[in-house]
Amino acid sequence: MYGLFLRHFFLIKSSLPRILDLIYWPTIQIILWGFISKFFSIYSDYYNNTLGIILTCAILYDILFRSSISFNMLFLEEIWSRNFTNLFIAPLKLKEIIVALIFTALIRTLIGLVPAIILTAPLFGVSILNLGFPLLLLFLSLYTFGITLGLFVSAGLIRFGPSFENIAWSSLFLLAPLGCIYYPIEILPSFFQIVAKGLPLVYIFDETRNILLNGFINYDNLKQAYILNLIYLTFGIILFYFSFLKARVKGTLINMGE
Amino acid sequence: MCTPLEVVELSKAYNNKDAVKNISFKINKNEIIGILGPNGCGKTTTIGMILGLLKPTKGKVLVNGLEIETKRVEILDNLNFISPYIELPKKLTVKQNLEVYGRLYDVKNLSTKIEYLSEKLRLDEIINKITGELSSGQKNRVSLAKSIINDPTVLLLDEPTASLDPETGDFVRSFLENYQKEKGASILLASHNMNEVERLCTSVLMMKNGIIIDRESPKELIKKHGRKNLEEVFLKLTKEKHESE
Repeated sequence: MYGLFLRHFFLIKSSLPRILDLIYWPTIQIILWGFISKFFSIYSDYYNNTLGIILTCAILYDILFRSSISFNMLFLEEIWSRNFTNLFIAPLKLKEIIVALIFTALIRTLIGLVPAIILTAPLFGVSILNLGFPLLLLFLSLYTFGITLGLFVSAGLIRFGPSFENIAWSSLFLLAPLGCIYYPIEILPSFFQIVAKGLPLVYIFDETRNILLNGFINYDNLKQAYILNLIYLTFGIILFYFSFLKARVKGTLINMGE
Repeated sequence: MCTPLEVVELSKAYNNKDAVKNISFKINKNEIIGILGPNGCGKTTTIGMILGLLKPTKGKVLVNGLEIETKRVEILDNLNFISPYIELPKKLTVKQNLEVYGRLYDVKNLSTKIEYLSEKLRLDEIINKITGELSSGQKNRVSLAKSIINDPTVLLLDEPTASLDPETGDFVRSFLENYQKEKGASILLASHNMNEVERLCTSVLMMKNGIIIDRESPKELIKKHGRKNLEEVFLKLTKEKHESE
């Protein structure tokens, strides 16, 4: 028994990423639910339809989550199956790889989300379809940001190899408290507010709450989200190309499966 | 007519440490060249640069007259690679894998091509099986099918018969010989199986510490180093390596 304990203890002790990983998840959960609790304790009468808004925001956040994870998974599956090298010696341009991943991630996202969306109506009497046409704009914005995060993580996987895998899983949870999914930005401490304003999520979820509470759409919020999305997406694509070049210099591509 | 594969003064350094130093060689049409050398001598690095997976520190790789650094996609259309260290997606069936790669290489008449490969490489019985559930020998034949699905004029083989039983190893070697004759392909073979190299290769590059220390036909190498076979030549050179260290 002690031997088995030692086997895992040595593993954890020798790996800073593992130690950080153990600390990371509880910290993020506590911060997120801390902000949610703070919001409800101050503004307990903020929502007339608390369940509807919380569930709608949760489903919308899942669009971001699923699209990003789907993109990352497509890459990780190639690494896990040791097929990565085969992919990069096929006559494919990098832009073709990116486009293929974007569309495949969309299909994966929809497969995961559509049943959840259908189920919420009979189970909780809530349907995100009630958002109407703006839902399409919100979906596209979240999907674009999810893909962008996927590009960032995939760029890391190309450059640093499978050791970057944990980042793939944890990156989204870091954004959850800052994205102001369930509460307005004012709940965050002032420093976090500055950071949060640089994320499209704040504008997307603020607008979702606005539509559900007030019944009209403020296009300024969506415009701001799309501008930020465009900036991040462009940066993500550049980073992906740059990582590929660096990986060719460092030799990561040829050792990826090992 | 362009040389199918030409490596010109190629070097690769990692953190200022040379992995490959200024090597040059050519492979003509209908030729199989072997690369031999101890582990870490630069074989995989050389193959990586030919495939465009590694950026050379110096020098260039020309495939059918095109340089890999500028015409990567065009070159990869006519080139392929097999190695026991890379695999095909395990969850897909053999047929699905071949369909995927056939499409990636834009193979015309793909169904006919898959049927042809299936017959040639004895894949009929396993064509609808999950790739991850196959034996090493079966997986090797599937990888071989993938590696020639685009009828490459230049084929790179990294230990193509490693971990195979003698019968399957012999089948693979015969298949490669026939493929090379039928298609006039140029093949670069990195292997630790000296009998395989003696049987298949018209010429051998002996590598040590990132440089080519000798290049001759297998027979000439044996004669030159005064040994009975290629394995003894290899052992002599490896021993010299340890002594020089």
